[in-house]
Formats: sequence, C-alpha cells, structure tokens
Amino acid sequence: MTDDLSKTTKAEVELLSFRLGGEEYSVDIMSVREIRGWTRATPLPHAPEYVRGVINLRATVLPVVDLSVRLGMPPITGDARNVIIVVQNRTHTAGLLVDAVSDILAVSNEALQAPPEIADDRAACFISALTIVENRMIRVLDLGAVLPGENSEAAA
Amino acid sequence: MSNDPMTEIRASFFIECEELLESLQDALADMENGAKDSETINVVFRAVHSIKGGAGAFGLDALVGFAHRFETVMDELRAGRLDASPEAIKLFFHAADLLQDHVRAARDNQAPPSESEPCLHALEALIDAPTGTEEEVSDFQPMGLGFDLDSFGAEPDATSYLIRFRPLDGLYQSGNEPGYILRALAALGETEITCDSDDLPDLLTLDPERPYLSWTIRLTGTVSEAEVREVFDFVEDLSELEISLDDLPVLDLPEPAPEPPPFMPPPPSEPEAVPAPVTTQSVPAATAEKATAPPTSEAKSPTVRVDLERIDRLVNLVGELVINQAMLAQSVNEAGLAPNSAVMTGLEAFMMLTRDIQDSVMMIRAQPVKPLFQRMARIVREAAASTGKDVRFRTDGETTEVDKTVIERLADPLTHMIRNAVDHGLETPQARLAAGKPAEGSITLSAQHRSGRVIIEIRDDGAGIDRDRVRAIATSKGLIPPEAQLSDSEIDNLLFLPGFSTATEVSNLSGRGVGMDVVRSAIIALGGRIAISSERGKGSCFSISLPLTLAVLDGMVISVANETLVIPLSSILETATLTPDDIRMLHPGTHVVHMRGDFIRLLDLGAELGYRAPKQSYVGDIVLFTSKEDGTRSALVVDAIIEQRQVVIKGLERSYGHIPGIAAATILGDGQIALILDPADLASQSSTRHKRNDLSLAG
Repeated sequence: MTDDLSKTTKAEVELLSFRLGGEEYSVDIMSVREIRGWTRATPLPHAPEYVRGVINLRATVLPVVDLSVRLGMPPITGDARNVIIVVQNRTHTAGLLVDAVSDILAVSNEALQAPPEIADDRAACFISALTIVENRMIRVLDLGAVLPGENSEAAA
Repeated sequence: MSNDPMTEIRASFFIECEELLESLQDALADMENGAKDSETINVVFRAVHSIKGGAGAFGLDALVGFAHRFETVMDELRAGRLDASPEAIKLFFHAADLLQDHVRAARDNQAPPSESEPCLHALEALIDAPTGTEEEVSDFQPMGLGFDLDSFGAEPDATSYLIRFRPLDGLYQSGNEPGYILRALAALGETEITCDSDDLPDLLTLDPERPYLSWTIRLTGTVSEAEVREVFDFVEDLSELEISLDDLPVLDLPEPAPEPPPFMPPPPSEPEAVPAPVTTQSVPAATAEKATAPPTSEAKSPTVRVDLERIDRLVNLVGELVINQAMLAQSVNEAGLAPNSAVMTGLEAFMMLTRDIQDSVMMIRAQPVKPLFQRMARIVREAAASTGKDVRFRTDGETTEVDKTVIERLADPLTHMIRNAVDHGLETPQARLAAGKPAEGSITLSAQHRSGRVIIEIRDDGAGIDRDRVRAIATSKGLIPPEAQLSDSEIDNLLFLPGFSTATEVSNLSGRGVGMDVVRSAIIALGGRIAISSERGKGSCFSISLPLTLAVLDGMVISVANETLVIPLSSILETATLTPDDIRMLHPGTHVVHMRGDFIRLLDLGAELGYRAPKQSYVGDIVLFTSKEDGTRSALVVDAIIEQRQVVIKGLERSYGHIPGIAAATILGDGQIALILDPADLASQSSTRHKRNDLSLAG
C-alpha cells in the first residue's frame, strides 16, 4: 500500500490534514479538488452506512462518504463547522465528510512510514502511511480503499 | 495536423464512403426484397463506382482494385447480362461487407482484409468472362465519362435522347458544375458528348465567372425523360435546356464526337475539388431515388458536421439553464407575486422558450437507428454463414431516432443478441423443414417510439425457449431449488442469470454463456429494461425498452418520508386517494389495492427505499399507479404530490453505481438533489426479494 507514495520521485509531499473524532488524518493535497462547507446530502436507498448520500456540486452529482463511519467511528452530526473535502482518485470524484480541516503539511518522503500490520483493525487498511509532525501522529489515507468503487457491489 | 488540406479532404472522402456504403446496403436490401428496377441497380453501381473513383484519387490501390472488380460485375448486372438471383445477391452482400472492410482498412492505414479473393472469384464466376478492364484508365481522368466500349450490348428498349445544355450566367456562382452533371448523365446510359466552344472569347476578355461553353449530349439508355430531367434539377433555372427524343440510330450521328471535351470547365477555386465528385454525384442519385420513391430512401437535406464535444457542451449548458430557470421560478413564487403580474407572464414565456431550446438541442443528438441496424444485418449474414443456416433479416422502423450515446452503447448487446438469435433461436434448415416451416429462418429487428421510450425488438421464428430444458439446466447448476414454483416468464428470465447457457454444444459464435447477463447489465446501465416472450415452436422475442434521451424527462415531483423524489410521468397511469374499501391485506405485510375489479400490489415507497418502517394503515394515503412493460401494475404509496415538471437527468452510474429502483438523479430548484425513481425496477426488485424469501423458506 505504500507503493504509490514511494514511487513519487519528488522528495517532499504536501498533505492536507483534518480532524476526525479527535484524531488527525490527511490526504495528498494533489488529490484534493476543493473544500466545501456542510450541505445536507440526499440519502441513497440501499447504500452502505458510510455513504452519506449525494450533493449538488455545480450541477454534478457528488457522492459523499462519512469518513468517520467509514473508519469505524460514530457518524458526524453535520453542522456548520463540518466540511466536505472533494477528492479525486483517478477518474473517481467523491466528497469526504470530516469534522474540520486543520493544516497543510509538507512532509519529506523519508518521513512517511508504512503502518504496522495490525490484522484486526478495520481502519488500518485505509491508512497508507504514518508520519509524525510536531509530535502529532498524522495518518495518510489510501483514497482508493476509502472511496466506494465504481462497481460498488456493497451498495446493492 | 488539420492544417493540411489533403488530410481534411481525405477524412471527408471516408465520411462520404460511409454514406455510399449505407446506400449500397439499402439498395441491396431492396434487391433482396425483389426490387429489380434499373434505379436500384444503378444505386448499387454508383456507390461502388464512386468509392473506386475517390480511392483512385488518393492512390488507395487495394481499395481501387477490389472496388473495380466488384464494379465490373455490377456493370454486367446493370446491363442486364447478369440476373440478380438470391445467391448472387448474397454474394453482393458479402462483397459489400468486404468493401466496407477495405474502406476502413484504407482509412486506418491498415493492411487490406485478406479474405477478399474467394469472394471476388465467386463474383466473377457469375459473369462469363471478365470484361471491361480497359475502363479503368479513362475513369480517373478528370472528365471520366463512362464510355461503354461494348455498346452493342445496349438494351432493346433503350431510348435515345438529344440534350442541349447551355449554362447561363449565375450557374457557376451557385456552385454548380457541368462536369458532374455530364458524369451523372453518363451513369444513366451511354453518352456521346459534344462540347461547343464557339462562344469562347479570347483569354484577355474572358470572365472566369461566366459560362461560355455549351454541350450536346446524345444519351442512350433505359431511362425516362423525367429521370434525365432530374439530373438537371438544380440548374434548370440557370441554363437553357432542351431534351428531345432522338430517333436517329446511334451510328448515323452527323458529328460523332467520341472524345471527352478538350478541357475542363472553369475549375472551382476551393481545394475541395478532389473529393467533390463523390459529393455531387450523390445529389442526383438522391433526387432520383425520391422520384421513383422506394419506401426506404428519403431525400437528403443539407447537413452540417459538428464536433460532438460542442454539442455535448451545449446539452450541458441547456441542462444548467433548465435548473437555473427552476431556481428562478421558485424564488419568484416565494416572493408571492400576483399570478398575472408581468414577472409571472414573462417567466412563463421563459419556461416555454427553455423547453423549446431543450427539445431542439436534444434533437441534435438524436440519430436514426439505421446505421446500427445495418451493422446488425452484417452480423446476421456472418452468423448465418458460419452456422450454415438460411436467415432472412428484416428491419422495421429504421428512421426511429434515439440519442447518439444510447445508439453507441447499444451496439454490443445487440450484436450479442442477434448472434444468439441465429445460433440458438433458429433451428437448422433440416429441423425447420421437419417442423413444417420454411427452411429459411427469419429474424426481425424493429425500433419504435412508445410512450416516451424506445422499444427495440429482436424477433425470430425459431423453436422458442425450451422451458423444461431451461429449468433442468438452472436446477442442475444450482441456480434454483428443484421444487421452486416458477411461471413461464420466470423460467424465461432464468436466461439472464449469470453463468447460464442453453446451447448443448457451445459454439464459437455466441460464446460460453457469458452472454445474456452481460447484455442485461448493459441495457440496465442505459436506464433500459429487457424482457423475453417466447412460444414453443413459433419463436422468441426479446424486447428492449430504453429512455429516449439520457438528458431530460417529464416527471412528477413527490415527497415521501421527508425526501423529495421524481417519478417519470411516462410510467404513471393514474393517481388516487385510498379509502378503507380499496385496501385489502393479502397476508401480514403485503397489501393489495382493489380498484375497478383488479387487485394491484401496494408498494410502500418509504419502506421500499428503506427510509422508514412500513406503515400500519394506508387509509387516506395517496397512491400512484404505475405499469411495467409487461402490463403488470403496482400502486406506490407516497406522502404528497408536489408538482409536475421537466427535470434534467444526472446519471448516478458514473459517480456512484447502480441503485436498485433508482434510475438517476436530478437537481431541483432549491439546489438539492432528488432521486429519479424507476418504478418498474422497483416493482421487480420488490417481487424478487419476496420470491427469494419464499425460496429460502422452501429450501
């Protein structure tokens, strides 16, 4: 899972970090398209619990994932402080509902470490790397694993 | 790269080729259906001839070679020395398919198809001796007038006309070109053309925009005067034209002039001159078709080629316009203006205009299904040849227009179904004769518009579905429990289950049972549905129902469990408020509505979509009656009907995936997304779920 990060030739990556249930997570800033305030999502029938629904992003339909539920934590209540991070993973665009955005961090590639193998941790497979910034542990998300796939069988 | 005029000309030549190939297929289909008139044969000949001519200009030798030998045979046919027997027509079809392969190979700079020799040999075997190789040379000269060297072969009932044609001022300005007219005449029969250059001034006083030349043409052929006149259709007002019957025998012509005119008329200034013969020649052809009015051909109206991306951009913009207009309408309504105020009247006019614009834009994207059907005709021929079955392929409703995207994405599933129909649907000729049917099987592909959708049907007159065998296979593969009670249509639908194949011998043709479930998912991805009906011994019919466009629909906006949803208006039969007498409980959890003597299943929309638990009582609730393609109705319980309006369809498949019971999404006036329901899918989802429960209880 560290493959796509170790492959990058530049020595430094920029990460957008955000808070989720008191912990700090991040995504590669190159995959972030924009950040939007909280809007109510239209729920989708028969969708997995972590799919909050769809919102109108400038006349396109954007699925929104409640990242907290996806990582096995209680759902985000949804108020003015919450934000939706619009991310793109290859051709797939989706919104990640998080508590709040905190920072943009520049981290050298060497500082990124593969997470230790923890078999029974459901959230572990969504983490592609770990790093320490100013004594805070930052988790780097594997977007491919987090987003509902194009063939979201789970939705049926 | 597109700066190179040659590249553009070449590209437009290949586009013309596609059109010519289409008319070739049409004419051959007419011949197959018994049309033996000279016009039909001429269309065939002209198509092959024009492709050869254009290909010669681009030095596409392989294509020229093939087209030339094909044309030679067609020329024999045209001269009446070859009879268009069914076997011959089959060969012509094959040759036309190969010609298409040659054209595409030349276009993509690939090696020409290798299997053309046997077909050409078979074709040439139809005529006694290969003739007319000399023609080739003269054909590529700019004024190539088809001099038929074997003039003794003229038909006994051939008529001779003496035509005097003298262009007037303005003929060249309007883009006409006598050279093409003369060439079109040459296609009607044997011509002898004399050019009169007496009026030609010396070079200093010559005005290049004015015509100075005139021509005398002696035309011999089996054509009517009207057909000759057709050729001059576009220049009649711009020239002096005399057409008279010429009683003199051909050989007694006072001034025989068996040479082309010494020079060309003033050449048009545009560089497009090279492919132009192909274009202009098709004009008289099209008008002639109109005059003789074969049922399949229509007059071609002028067209413009537009980059598809530009159209899609326009479609998207209009989609946003519709959403914006809805938002504006909502805020105006909230402002509480008087219904007859100027703003409201203006808004209404704006809405009408938006709708008109939208309809027009959608029409740009719509295309007739004809090219798709022609591709299928070829699939049938190939499948018939490889299975050794005799198949007659009929099409109906070729002019039905469907959104371009739908047509493109329909090609693969349709190909598969057609192959299936030939391979599995139709019996072998021996089996057919034994069953008292004609040896030749029949497959009909039809398209029609029905209540806002397009229905495409593939019908064969084969053996029909062997339900006992389907059942046995499904049971042996563990797809259904042995004791399951299934209706005929439920057994038929087993064919769509993944990993199901009924052919006892798996043939190369229709693959290894990966077919029908893939076909069905492709159709569903287009927002369509597929149904089978079959009668033992009589044949099967696959019916595909598709939305007309993937862009807009008329919908009823409703609310249920505080969610706003849209139901396609085309699927709603009526609405009603339930009284205690209307509802009956079938068994706990399942209700039916008793209305005008019918029992209709009640579906609680809120519960079906998982928004809330099923209600205890439905008395006083509003229901919408919807119907599936097969006529089964269901009653959907909703909380309220909000309004009826046009919505822009936003697909969910790309961004999320297919949701059972949901066709797509749309954006409402307040910017919120509402889901568009697929009532038929919802009803079948619900019944399969119940069925599954029953089966799991039984098993």
